[in-house]
Amino acid sequence: MNVLAIFKREVRTYFTSPIAYALLTIFAVICGFMFTSILAQFQRASFQSAMNPAMAQGMNATEWVVRPLLRNVAVILLFLMPIVTMRLFAEERKTGTLELLFTFPIRDVELLAGKFLAALAIFLVMLALPLVNILMLAGLGPLEWPAIGVAFAGLMLLGMTFLAIGLFCSALTENQIVAAVLTFGAALLFWIIDWSADGAGGTLGQVLSHLSIIRHFDSFQRGVIESKDLIFYLNFTIFGLFLTMRAVESHRWKG
Amino acid sequence: MIEVENLTRFYGPTAAIQDVSFRVDQGQIVGFLGPNGAGKTTTLRILSGYLPATSGTARVAGFDVFKESLAVRRRLGYLPENVPLYPEMRVRTYLDFVAEVKGVPRQERQRRVAAAMERCRVDDVANHLIGSLSRGYRQRVGIAQAILHDPEVILLDEPTVGLDPKQIIEIRQLITELAGQRTVILSTHILPEVEMVCQRVIIINQGKIVAVDTPENLKAKIRTSARVLLQVDGPAVAVRDHLERVPGVLRVEERPERADGRIRYLVECAPDRDLRRDLAAVVVRQGWGLSELRPADVMLEEVFIRLVTEESPHEQPAGQEGEP
Repeated sequence: MNVLAIFKREVRTYFTSPIAYALLTIFAVICGFMFTSILAQFQRASFQSAMNPAMAQGMNATEWVVRPLLRNVAVILLFLMPIVTMRLFAEERKTGTLELLFTFPIRDVELLAGKFLAALAIFLVMLALPLVNILMLAGLGPLEWPAIGVAFAGLMLLGMTFLAIGLFCSALTENQIVAAVLTFGAALLFWIIDWSADGAGGTLGQVLSHLSIIRHFDSFQRGVIESKDLIFYLNFTIFGLFLTMRAVESHRWKG
Repeated sequence: MIEVENLTRFYGPTAAIQDVSFRVDQGQIVGFLGPNGAGKTTTLRILSGYLPATSGTARVAGFDVFKESLAVRRRLGYLPENVPLYPEMRVRTYLDFVAEVKGVPRQERQRRVAAAMERCRVDDVANHLIGSLSRGYRQRVGIAQAILHDPEVILLDEPTVGLDPKQIIEIRQLITELAGQRTVILSTHILPEVEMVCQRVIIINQGKIVAVDTPENLKAKIRTSARVLLQVDGPAVAVRDHLERVPGVLRVEERPERADGRIRYLVECAPDRDLRRDLAAVVVRQGWGLSELRPADVMLEEVFIRLVTEESPHEQPAGQEGEP
């Protein structure tokens, strides 16, 4: 299987270079820090609610700890995902190995699929880290697992849009730093694009607010799967990968 | 095995190759000879399926390199000039990866990788990182990669550039061994290399094919016969007759020019004699107009001179390193 060969090589490269280790370490540290901070807050609130029973209404660990944690994880991903994807095409273009790959009997789409799946695999390993924090919380009290599962699915879909943007940017340049900066800039722009929605008003405003990649995460965060959000993420990812295909093909023409 | 017809490739407004046509038969080792920037790499890239041509067609093993790219790529091994490999991978792991991408069946993979490593004599560095290998070893890993799936056609772009004399000899020997059933095209700007390795030479200069022949014939053409091109305004039969009678002339060939209807005469002279004065004198004596007189084969000669002077031939392969 061609896709599998590309996938295996890419995953191996993540771990033979320091990238994966640096990424996972930083991600684990920040997630852990956020988790303890949020937990401490929850603890203080719990003490207060013990004296004021009205406050205790609707207080539970899922609502107060897991949701804010995962919301923050989404923000960290905005910063770290460009690093996951930056080398995928840029490095191979720089060293010339892409030229050789293009002369192997493999379709461009298989090459892209292998690289995308490898980046997705690394991303899923990253997502396992906040899950460890949550499992620690599970030892302390009951959690709403289905809602947490939905929130993780939302994070995965959000991450896939970052991967699609990142692959596209990596295919545009042979400089990894440029690829990372472009990815971050584009992802951030899509994150905040709904800020202009109120000013624009009307149909344009609706379109702009619909384009925001984080707004679609809200429902998942609440533990609800809304088909329009699911479809948005999948569309965004597929469209990004489609553009990547075009970008890869275009530098074949340029030589 | 390889059929190239009227291949043209533009980079923006400049043509890298123009109207290139040639054929290569099965089992031949063909040298693609030309100075740097002549269009060798562009032609090989098109044949390898990496670069689409602007116009013209190329077929490898009967398949169109553009329309049936995958079929061509399954039958072809290619090594680009700068030998792009993954420095962070070990030789064996890399070749395993290539074998898998190239679709070598799982049960055969190990055997093929071992065979290719033995063939290219890289089995002693099988577990080394590619990034730590010397240039000569990297080159051989590159060739191993190209022959892994037992392709019918092998394209090698400047396979001996940047190697030391001992390595050059080894690589040339390896290339000679690879032939047999396989068709090999190697590009080079080194004339002696072609003489040593190739059965046929395609000379390319400024994006155009200048000559296709065996190395021996080409050398003979250049060194032994001087050909002169004349354009004479006069009765064709008489002109020809008079030219043939000049001492030293071996043969006269008429060449009607399509554009202006005038006739040019290609005069083949005996080796190492410059008959231009004598030919001019004959024409003038008859009272005909002589509108052109110049040595033919200028292109070929120029290319050869450039190639020969760029490299010190034969004894000193050390001079072949790097760009001229």
